[in-house]
Amino acid sequence: MSVHRKQDAPDERNVLDTTKQGVLGEPLERPEGLLKVTGTATYAAEFDAENCLEGVLVTVPVVRGKVTSIDRESALQMPGVVAVIADERLTGRAAQGMAGEAPFQPAQQVCYWGQPVALVVAESFEEARDAAKHLAVEIDEDGDEAPLDPDAVEAEQRKPTKNGDLAHAMTQAVHSVDATFTTDGHASAAMEPHAAMAQWDGQSLTVHASLQMLKFNRAELADSLNLKEEQVRLISPYVGGGFGSKLGISEEAVGASLAAMELGKPVRVVMSRQQVFQTVMRRSETTQRVRLAADGEGRLTGFGHEARVSNLPGEEFAEPVLQSSQFLYGGDNRLLQLEVARIHRMTAGSVRAPGEAVGVQTVEQAMDMLAEKAGLDPVELRLRNIPDKHPAKDKPYSSRKLAECLREGASAFGWKEGPRKPRHTREGEWWIGSGVASAARIHAVVEAKARVTLRPDGTALVETDMTDIGTGTYAILGQVAGEMLGLSLDDVEVRLGDTDMPPGSGSGGSFGASSCGSAVFLACEGLRDTLAEKLGIEASDLSLKDGFALWEDEKKAITEVLDGKAIEEIGHFEPGKSTEDYAVASFGAFFAEVAVNHWTGETRVRRMTGAFGFGRVLNARTARSQCLGGMTWCIGNALTESLLFDPTDGHLANCDLAEYHVPVHRDVPDLEVLLLEERDAAASPIQAKGVGELGLCGGAGAIANAIYDACGARVFAYPMTPDRVLAAMPEA
Amino acid sequence: MPITINDTPHDLPDDPRVSLLDFLRSHAGLTGTKKGCDHGQCGACTVLVNGVRINSCLSLAVTHDGDEVTTIEGLGSPVSPSEMQMAFLRHDGFQCGYCTPGQICSATAMLKEIAAGWPSDATEDLEASPQLTGEEIRERMSGNLCRCGAYANIVAAIRDVAGESA
Ligand code: FES
Ligand code: FES
Repeated sequence: MSVHRKQDAPDERNVLDTTKQGVLGEPLERPEGLLKVTGTATYAAEFDAENCLEGVLVTVPVVRGKVTSIDRESALQMPGVVAVIADERLTGRAAQGMAGEAPFQPAQQVCYWGQPVALVVAESFEEARDAAKHLAVEIDEDGDEAPLDPDAVEAEQRKPTKNGDLAHAMTQAVHSVDATFTTDGHASAAMEPHAAMAQWDGQSLTVHASLQMLKFNRAELADSLNLKEEQVRLISPYVGGGFGSKLGISEEAVGASLAAMELGKPVRVVMSRQQVFQTVMRRSETTQRVRLAADGEGRLTGFGHEARVSNLPGEEFAEPVLQSSQFLYGGDNRLLQLEVARIHRMTAGSVRAPGEAVGVQTVEQAMDMLAEKAGLDPVELRLRNIPDKHPAKDKPYSSRKLAECLREGASAFGWKEGPRKPRHTREGEWWIGSGVASAARIHAVVEAKARVTLRPDGTALVETDMTDIGTGTYAILGQVAGEMLGLSLDDVEVRLGDTDMPPGSGSGGSFGASSCGSAVFLACEGLRDTLAEKLGIEASDLSLKDGFALWEDEKKAITEVLDGKAIEEIGHFEPGKSTEDYAVASFGAFFAEVAVNHWTGETRVRRMTGAFGFGRVLNARTARSQCLGGMTWCIGNALTESLLFDPTDGHLANCDLAEYHVPVHRDVPDLEVLLLEERDAAASPIQAKGVGELGLCGGAGAIANAIYDACGARVFAYPMTPDRVLAAMPEA
Repeated sequence: MPITINDTPHDLPDDPRVSLLDFLRSHAGLTGTKKGCDHGQCGACTVLVNGVRINSCLSLAVTHDGDEVTTIEGLGSPVSPSEMQMAFLRHDGFQCGYCTPGQICSATAMLKEIAAGWPSDATEDLEASPQLTGEEIRERMSGNLCRCGAYANIVAAIRDVAGESA
């Protein structure tokens, strides 16, 4: 049986506050944790298959051209080499998130430096790697004219948001800011490189893969290979991080599948770290102009945010930089305009918190500048500018904890109230300062299904093809089911990451927990109805706790009610009008303290506090970890992360973890996280929003503002590397 | 002499190009040790060789004739996890879990290095024994990247194992 709900109106029932188990929201350990800490959780490349062949992708060092010949013969002479796959179906780009169709084909049409064009398959990894390195590929190169510089080409304009007259508001403003910022490109750099192991039985294909969104990935892979979806099964029980890079399929999955189909043997393909950097996905660099117009009290009368991003020709995705600028602050005169430059770098796509991860911090810096001009405490300025309703569309906010986060975060951090004056504290060579920023991230939900079975022994089984990419899905889906069915987490088994199970939402856009959690919730509502029916009572009179059904003064073990027969339901959640009728988003606030070296310009983050409101907290431990992760990314975003492209030949110069600097242990101080409980009835039937990305949306701005407060250097380019800080450091 | 991995002897590979990491994962069937970069840049492949932590991707298997290797599987198993493994679990010192075996192997060896008096960049007084400060732990663990950003919890787990002195 199945329970379907399209959420067209807020769900104010807060059913999960009336249930009795008390397991939801608790900071429970991850049920799969023991496997992960003992090295026994199996990731894509680690599945065993007899006679498995090894494939290595071959990439080419040109930005544009066409492959004219590949010397298969010589490669096939090399020891252990079994095949060279350069099929027309080989894909040349990663699929965008939720594409559900084949990405760019054929791979032989080269559009960026480092594009894979072939796959060498051999008996061993060492043999395949050697042969791949020696494979002779001829290319009709046409890269000389290919545009490489996003600032040097005419850009396509996306539809703007325009209200009133911003230019006029700027001239009338008592205080105003007009500043231009740049952010460099970012890589997801998930620790597990992209990997796939494919098996073909002549009819159907099974691929162990490292992917975030299996139902879409299955469609993408089937379309790439000209197979029917039913012929493809994807298995991803554990994913070693995704951060957007595994939203869509990449070349390793297609290559492994083609090879397995051609050779009739299992084939494993794992990208090298360099290939992951060069071919998968980048967050576009951005140039952003922020304009703020305010009255004498610092209240916004005008708000402008314009951004230029880039992507390959033919790619629809444009880093949605302005996403939260639509609704974070007020100002009647508004102009938001995004434009896309077409250049030849690898595909630009989703990297954790696309849009807000670079779009909020610049606005937050501009707000800091405005606070200074208006002589106001930066926290107070933000509080004054929280709009009553969506500033551009006439609709209410569903629920919003922004003011609470700013206030409670400030007090936990020990924020000193009052206007800021830089260079107030020095310790030896180091200037010490602090900064604040708001956090904002749009809310999304996606269609999702999950099956929940109450087994005769009174335990429950949750099944969906949803993934756990480190986010805590195993824990939270078990907790939703346990709460609804009156079971402890130990009595709920959660199976994920297999397209043989009902299709969930996939992990992306922070929508996994609320979407799949809602599907599990709906299935459990159905099961509760069935139990009530078996007992001859109204479902509303039924409580479930510790394996017992309770009503009036009666009590009966669930096993007895089931009487040896399992019952199951498929929950089917669909987003409806509730998320359209309201402005639904997650909010928060960041506070950072930094030390900036007067002589070297080096910045060290000394401590950070984040306060977040994202609806119902499903597991306080894993939610906090998501926030810690996001805040850690803020440090990289603010200080070190930058994709560096060679301006002459377009290649990515820092394509590994030695040169692309993600934060390491010593870069990350103690971080404090406050989770503000909230119920957002419009967000989802479980009143939850997303948390996976919020911790990254604005925090780099708090660090930038702290740098200014510390040493007086207002830096307009991210990351704020020592050279950039030194160049902006005031003389005196 | 063969190589001993978690107390079990294995014959070395014929192909001299096989790294210790690939030997562990593909030949010995011990996939707990992870490959994050294959270039000594991430620490996911950290194992103990004769008690000392190394990046197994930077070392060829054939050079380990006679060596004793301990991997994450050798530190503890789901039925009898080590103290460090339990502390990572308690403190949620991981998210996706991919860097985790390397973090745990590294942390296990790192505490012994401090106890043995090895200094680090964070050691204030090179003459005195290094103290178990947060800064010492962070410095010495900086070769183990965690893109999920579990660092704060990892440090808490290590402090927990090291005792209140940290
Ligand atoms: S895999 Fe060895 S250090 Fe990264
Ligand atoms: S837990 Fe995912 S990289 Fe550390």
